[in-house]
Amino acid sequence: MSAAEIAASVRSGARSARDVVEAHLEIIGGREPDVHAFNLVLADGARAEADAVDAAVARGDDPGPLAGVPLALKDNMCTHGVETTCSSRILEGWRPPYDATVVERVRAAGAIVIGKTNLDEFAMGSSTENSAFGPTKNPHDLTRVPGGSSGGSAAAVAAGFASLALGSDTGGSIRQPAALCGVVGVKPTYGLVSRYGLIAFASSLDQIGPFATTVEDAALLLEAIGGHDRMDSTSITGPAPAILPGLDDGVSGLRIGIVDEMTEIDGIEPAVRDAVRAAAAALEATGATVDTVSVPSTTYGISAYYLIAPAEASSNLARYDGVRYGLRVDAEDVAHMNAATRESGFGREVKRRIMLGTYALSAGYYDAYYGQAQKVRTLILRDFERVYGKFDVLISATSPTVAFGLGAKTADPLAMYLCDVCTVASNLSGHPAMSVPFGTGEGGMPIGVQVLAPALGEPVMFRVARAIEQAAGRTQR
Amino acid sequence: MADRITRAEVEHVAQLARLALDEQEIVELTEELGAIVDYAAQVSALDTSGVAPTAHPLPLVNVFRADEIRPVLDRDEVLAAAPVAQEKRFRVPRILGEEP
Repeated sequence: MSAAEIAASVRSGARSARDVVEAHLEIIGGREPDVHAFNLVLADGARAEADAVDAAVARGDDPGPLAGVPLALKDNMCTHGVETTCSSRILEGWRPPYDATVVERVRAAGAIVIGKTNLDEFAMGSSTENSAFGPTKNPHDLTRVPGGSSGGSAAAVAAGFASLALGSDTGGSIRQPAALCGVVGVKPTYGLVSRYGLIAFASSLDQIGPFATTVEDAALLLEAIGGHDRMDSTSITGPAPAILPGLDDGVSGLRIGIVDEMTEIDGIEPAVRDAVRAAAAALEATGATVDTVSVPSTTYGISAYYLIAPAEASSNLARYDGVRYGLRVDAEDVAHMNAATRESGFGREVKRRIMLGTYALSAGYYDAYYGQAQKVRTLILRDFERVYGKFDVLISATSPTVAFGLGAKTADPLAMYLCDVCTVASNLSGHPAMSVPFGTGEGGMPIGVQVLAPALGEPVMFRVARAIEQAAGRTQR
Repeated sequence: MADRITRAEVEHVAQLARLALDEQEIVELTEELGAIVDYAAQVSALDTSGVAPTAHPLPLVNVFRADEIRPVLDRDEVLAAAPVAQEKRFRVPRILGEEP
């Protein structure tokens, strides 16, 4: 049952929110021990929220567009009084003194927060294996990774633990796990969704977005969380663009480009490349014009990303110093306490990124690395703007392969970083992009096709995603 | 590969980053950071003369708002999350006398 269907039945009084929550808790009870999507299941909190929604329906009040829909939150979004860990030992046990803006907004829309999901520590990773609390497994095959860093959120939706989930995407952390778990995942335009209460990784790249089983459900959730927030000065100044009204307008007359650098790449799984071509053919058959296009500077995306993101992370993570929250390891003076706390509290990948970022920002290297990467970012942005003069929307692979085996890439950081090869460019440019399931590849695992659009182009991006979803349904059912 | 970053540089950067790395971490990170920086240095192949850096993807301008008093975080609740608090303050070990 989709989120839209659940909300409709709860609003009409046909089904209670409590019944919806109990049904989901039962599914969680059955498979969560194997999947490990959650750091924390909020069974009692979800029941209380559901009862409040049911009481509103009984009073004749409008319980909101997401009434009674169970939603899972990535555990890097602050929940007032409820443990928020970023899957890190350094924050274990921390109870934030406030709610993230997205948490307030989903609750105001009637959604039920059913749990906090696992992630790569501080959202640094592409497999959720960097969690301090153990990896999440892919619900389609428990020997494989769910992708990352929002692997818990993707797995929760794929396993039916929650109809909707929120993740964060800094270099592909929503889209790549969505592709690997066979669900829809959206990275909105930078600034469309408030980051207030999202624990910062790389502030100029981080963006919160939805996971769902359908394109319509993802639109419903994005409309509920988007728009200006006075608590985030980088948020857009107005409301979020309306996506649902034009969702079924079709793709007739749209100009769609297949991005060469994110599809015809070395090492891409042939089935993934074929899926992008098949999706393009389906769009053409329903009235779009399709051509291939080159966005040359995006080949430097990974290089620029792995200078900019660690640099910003090294600054953002300076706040974990054993003073105001989280872990403290005592020592004779403050400097040694800071260093001992951070050494003990951070996992290996987080230390690697802090070191890389500190190095890239250090005296003598700033211009060559961080400064140069920020200029490359400008070139990527210009390249996309030029291409969007000729195309309305772009498509590509989301991930070069389907889900890989647990442990397959943990020994080689660079191999893990290359998982983001199709996704980082959208974070560097700030443009929206989303992944839609389309067919299967090696081992019968799901494939995702990526749809990219210009800034605040979510309405047209979702229209194309909807058409791809319908084409996938036609070929598979 | 690994000669791009030396052990001494790793130790220096660890000090800047306030990380008390152990011997094995220093050895492994010297190798790994060298390989990653080698890869990331590809950005230097692009001609960026005359290109301005992008620090932020949206053309935002500064926004002014009225200077109004609004609710802030509850002090006791914030202090309750601290490892050690005393007399409405965060308590830390000795500050003075530390090495520069």
